[in-house]
Amino acid sequence: MQELLLKKISKMNRLLILGVGLLLISVYFLPIWHISLAAPQYPEGLGMKIWIDKITGSSTYDLQNINLLNHYIGMHEIVSESVPELLFMPYVLGFLIFGAFVTFLLPRVYLIVLGILNIVILGILGMYDFWRWEYNYGHNLNPDAPIVVPGMAYQPPLLGCKEMLNITACSFPSWGGIILFATLGILVFILWNEKRRMDVSK
Amino acid sequence: MIFIGLGYGCKGGAATAALASDAAKRVYVAPGEKDEVYAFLSGGFSGQMSVYGIPSARLFKIIPVFSVFPENGYGYDEETKNMLRTTHGYVPWDDSHHIEASMTDGKQDGRWLFLNANNTPRLARIDLKSFETKEIIEIPNSAGNHASPFATENTEYLMAATRFSVPIPQASVPIENFSKGDFKGTVSMVKVDPKSGRLSIELQILVPGFDYDLSHCGKGKSHDWCFFTSYNSEQAYKMIEVGASKNDKDYILAFNWVRAKQCLDQGKASNFGGEYYRNYLPENQPVISEKLSGVKMLQPKDCPGVMYYMPTPKSPHGTDVDPTGEYIVGGGKLATVIPVHSFSKLMDVKDKPEHRSGMIMDIPVLKYESTLAGEVKKPCLGPLHTEFDGKGYAYTSCFVSSEVVKWELGTWEVVQHLPAYYSVGHLSIVGGSSKDPYGKYLIALNKITKDRYLPVGMELPQSAQLYDISGGKAELLSDFPTVGEPHYSQMIPAKLLMDKAAKIYPLEENKHPYAIKNEKDARVVREGNTVRVYMTQIRSHFKPDTIEVRSGDTVFFHVTNLEQDFDIPHGFAVGGAPEMPNLLIMPGQTRTFKWKAPKPGIYPFYCTDFCSALHQEMQQYIRVLP
Repeated sequence: MQELLLKKISKMNRLLILGVGLLLISVYFLPIWHISLAAPQYPEGLGMKIWIDKITGSSTYDLQNINLLNHYIGMHEIVSESVPELLFMPYVLGFLIFGAFVTFLLPRVYLIVLGILNIVILGILGMYDFWRWEYNYGHNLNPDAPIVVPGMAYQPPLLGCKEMLNITACSFPSWGGIILFATLGILVFILWNEKRRMDVSK
Repeated sequence: MIFIGLGYGCKGGAATAALASDAAKRVYVAPGEKDEVYAFLSGGFSGQMSVYGIPSARLFKIIPVFSVFPENGYGYDEETKNMLRTTHGYVPWDDSHHIEASMTDGKQDGRWLFLNANNTPRLARIDLKSFETKEIIEIPNSAGNHASPFATENTEYLMAATRFSVPIPQASVPIENFSKGDFKGTVSMVKVDPKSGRLSIELQILVPGFDYDLSHCGKGKSHDWCFFTSYNSEQAYKMIEVGASKNDKDYILAFNWVRAKQCLDQGKASNFGGEYYRNYLPENQPVISEKLSGVKMLQPKDCPGVMYYMPTPKSPHGTDVDPTGEYIVGGGKLATVIPVHSFSKLMDVKDKPEHRSGMIMDIPVLKYESTLAGEVKKPCLGPLHTEFDGKGYAYTSCFVSSEVVKWELGTWEVVQHLPAYYSVGHLSIVGGSSKDPYGKYLIALNKITKDRYLPVGMELPQSAQLYDISGGKAELLSDFPTVGEPHYSQMIPAKLLMDKAAKIYPLEENKHPYAIKNEKDARVVREGNTVRVYMTQIRSHFKPDTIEVRSGDTVFFHVTNLEQDFDIPHGFAVGGAPEMPNLLIMPGQTRTFKWKAPKPGIYPFYCTDFCSALHQEMQQYIRVLP
């Protein structure tokens, strides 16, 4: 075990790590998550995108229109400013990118393991946080809202689709999220590959 | 002549045409499917324009142009009422005959439509992004703006000629002086700014006192020319129906507008009087209405080569130029032939004295045979207007015998008679007046319906009839009643317009002086006896929502719709408001409802356009204090 952790990473895998670091930079410019809403009166659909540092509508006025729909059920207005996590998320991503470059310069397997742990922990925390925000938006409703359906909550799904009144809400990772998942996959692949190479050389 | 006509033409009667068994399928547009073509029908005496889908014949919209429209406040609110301003004052109605589509290189470009006002000479531009009237220009020195607005090949100019000759400048002269030359006509060249579409009167040409009826401009080789029919060359002024029908030939006036512009540039036009208004509606601002004075007037004698008269049988009505620009078809409404002039022949003979039979006001009159390409013999009774399918065939409407005749260019042979129900005036083919007809659908625009529909009292709807002309033989597909009198039409393929249609007014671009872009700015400001309410609308409330004013105050509700969502206009109406009907305010738009606060009491106001589940709650009160 110790032998594996201290092992120097192969040249090929080292380049792969550099690639991961570079690929992660693109997450600054791509939405991580996408929630789409479909309703009969919105045949063209409505959607919002969660980026590393902001929340936007899928098209220019979608967020405003989602908030307009939400006000009937008394949901808080969704605005980037109300989510403080968006302020430090760019630094978390920066930390991951930094980690990739360190690993490139100091190519040891334990750093790969560290990277996997980082992404898994940050991923779980992130998903939990996302769920918590969804829960709060969906449950903490203004009691004076025009439409109150007893027992009804409007929490969008964490992953997948869900019907809420006349709206079908779907939540899926967008390109940024897919890249983060892919990063995890690549690191696990490198770890597996290093172990296999070690086993073969024995 | 009647009998000749009846023999082969008048088969319409009350009979219903045998529909091909699949005609219903060919006009059926399934729920959620889109039509293939936009049909814009002028409103005739309703002064409006209506938008239909073809082939379904579903009515989509009425665009108010020259008539007030209580449905959305056009012509009433502070923003648009000046659109209907003229030198005669506020004229909230007109008689709108001809729609012209803007063209680039002779082909429809889907930017604008133009419409004439016949009664109080005006010309309008309708924007095809917003489907709204954006500009109206008055035509001075004109009476009856009928031969209008016909565009040159690149929409460089719109032509507008007087239907009723009058003393120019206006004067109270004895009417019998008409035949002594005291009455004149004018041809106006209205310049269209190629980028903005803004209209301006560049030049007028003083022409003999006939009645100028219709026009079409050339294309391709005849690019430089426009052609105007005229009737009453007799200059009769009493019992005109008899007096103006005496001459065997009246004229098509061939007008070289490029030459006219040249003469203008050479300083051959002189300053002339004439006051007129130009009313322009900038995006999301009130109308800019300006009174202008004076035009440049050209006399034909000062500009040789600018005009020629081509004799054309018996009070020609329509004049239409085929897609190649070679043939100029006259619609001799009392003639037994459809005369077709050749542009090439006109060019050959126009300046050869032996081909002239005289001069009228220094305009050479050419010999009929000299420019004639051919005649369609005994086509029908009362041929009026011709459109082209781009495949070598022409379709001419015949008012008296209620039919459309299809005939071949070049051979001048009639190939088909299509009954019309009844009394067809104009007809329209998709792109049929352009250089590049789309050529699939033809509509006949009929004046009389009699037994076609359930009777609805004495005033019956006018109707349009839809034919498929894509095959060898044209087939009747359907007919449908229309709004107003469907006078003329332009049909434009849907693909040219549908993706460009505007969805909202972006709020950040709203330059209205009384716009507010945030509910926080909603307020009531008193300026003496005037109260300005800066109001916002969003689903499903107004801000401010309760308002107090004093009896006798003039209250301006400057209402901004804060929505930025497609298809979410809001309405605004105040109970019992006598002068201002409803307002429909588009997303991102600001419009103003003017209200004289009546006797003390509580007056509700509310949203009239069903906007949301809580639309009915979108209501509030104004308290009027003593």
